Amino acid sequence: MSNITSYAHIKHNQVSVNGEIVFHSNSSLTLIEFLSEAYKNLGISYPKFHKMDAQCKLGFLCAEFALKGTNFLTENNLSKTAIVLSNCASSLETDRVHQHSIDDKSNYFPSPAVFVYTLPNITIGELAIKHKITGENAFFVSEQLDADLLVNYTETLFQRNTKTAIVGWVEVDVANFEAFIFLTENTENINKSSIFKSLNQTSVTTIYNQTIWTH
Amino acid sequence: MIFTSYNNIISSLGFSTQENYQAVSNSQVGVKKMKLPFSQDEFCVAKISDDKIQEHLSQIKNADTHTKLEQLSILSIQDVLNQSGINPKDSRTLLIYSTTKGNIDILSSDSVKDDRYKEVDSKRVYLPVFAKHLQSYFQLVYTPVVLSNACISGILAIIIAKRFIKQGTYDNVLVCGGDILSEFTISGFKSFNALSNEPSKPFDGNRVGINLGEAVSTILITNKKELATSYNTQIISGASANDANHISGPSRTGDGLFQCLTQILKKNINDIGFISAHGTATPFNDEMESIAFDRAGLNTIPVNSFKGYYGHTLGAAGVLETVLSLESMKHQRLIKSEGFETKGFSGNITMIESHQDKNFSSFIKTASGFGGCNAAALFEKV
Repeated sequence: MSNITSYAHIKHNQVSVNGEIVFHSNSSLTLIEFLSEAYKNLGISYPKFHKMDAQCKLGFLCAEFALKGTNFLTENNLSKTAIVLSNCASSLETDRVHQHSIDDKSNYFPSPAVFVYTLPNITIGELAIKHKITGENAFFVSEQLDADLLVNYTETLFQRNTKTAIVGWVEVDVANFEAFIFLTENTENINKSSIFKSLNQTSVTTIYNQTIWTH
Repeated sequence: MIFTSYNNIISSLGFSTQENYQAVSNSQVGVKKMKLPFSQDEFCVAKISDDKIQEHLSQIKNADTHTKLEQLSILSIQDVLNQSGINPKDSRTLLIYSTTKGNIDILSSDSVKDDRYKEVDSKRVYLPVFAKHLQSYFQLVYTPVVLSNACISGILAIIIAKRFIKQGTYDNVLVCGGDILSEFTISGFKSFNALSNEPSKPFDGNRVGINLGEAVSTILITNKKELATSYNTQIISGASANDANHISGPSRTGDGLFQCLTQILKKNINDIGFISAHGTATPFNDEMESIAFDRAGLNTIPVNSFKGYYGHTLGAAGVLETVLSLESMKHQRLIKSEGFETKGFSGNITMIESHQDKNFSSFIKTASGFGGCNAAALFEKV
């Protein structure tokens, strides 16, 4: 039996946790400004956050909101916690920055600090480092959130060594951004709390569409 | 049981698995110093000959409507379909594509982007659009799954194929891994000071860095015994793990790779014929691997890296190196770790210093990459 125990969704400069909007900023803020506001709202201090590219910041914040107030990190064996993320644009947003730095031969400035973020799974790496999560990793690239793929794959992990997983979607592409992350646990303890849902394609689709965005 | 089946390699050393295995067993090296279209400098890279690609284009429908990576992927996948006779329209067959950068050359605004790409929709820089292009070419029932997990993508894609088949979701999974040489990746690795100006020397005391290479490699993973081929080899187990240490450097103590190895090693480890290591020839990677193999008690198991022949082929590497390892086992021959001369690591491990015959029935493939990721898989004759 696997349950979804918490989830967060970031879109339209708003953050929802378990379906309820918990933070919103002025909709005119740029992505970077919004991420900065959301970071302040969390009230955490993590200097590495400021070095991350936008996609990693977005994934990091979404995971923080999903984890906040849960016992996920303290009660589970983090060597048996998987991180499975996905998006459509891979790392294109940062790819464009790197490409720009090499397009003009007279103004050529490729940077390792940018280049390292030209892989989508760096977002997984940042989550792993922050929370000391050392289990399975996979980054899938699909046109849109593919609930079948994410649920099927997480179930294959639960058939093996994995006990818990952080799963979702982290997309940044030009002006569009969205993150949706849920925590799932393979456990005998079925909690009857209303936010606990069994892990399946329907429940993932339901919670993904649950939030009523205010604008 | 889940079997490794028909396969193909397109690389600097040939357009079929047979050509490639012959080349490495004759100690041919695909890495060469050359000028590339985007720079006056010489780079030491493993490039697929443009002339050779031209020779094969007649096998592709509307060849000029595909990017270079698409052309190579079509040739590689078609070869495996032809050999295996499986029907790509079969509803129980999935394609998993492993890549780090896909059609990244589309992004370049440079003159390098010649009129070859006139007929190419620039949207195919998006990996899902690239995948759908392959789907429509082969009329696949399912949209291909794209995996982009840095340098472990190839071996992780094979592990994922096994998991989906075991789950009962598919009977056959074609795993195709591909990445091409581009100014994008070369300039990026150069900015890291990670490139070697000479053919790279994995695990050697004088290694200074990697050579980039390009390749596409495809392997069929199946639950059908009749497709097991003369390899008659199954995937016993696979695992991935994260170091949770640094986004661009491996764990000094090999934690993630060690965790993978402890998960896949459940039998008498002395039966293992060899380890096909990641072996990029960067100082940190090879050192980390030696420590992880040592910690896992694999001290006497011979180790090689294929990167001395092919350079680092990124998303193709795990597939290409698994295919070469299967060939190596089929021929009961260990392939020399090209470029290795003197010990350049602190772990107590055994390098393969020359080609040699050996009776063996299993091997390990490992990989590690940016983002702290690691993966390992164990293959064994039935």
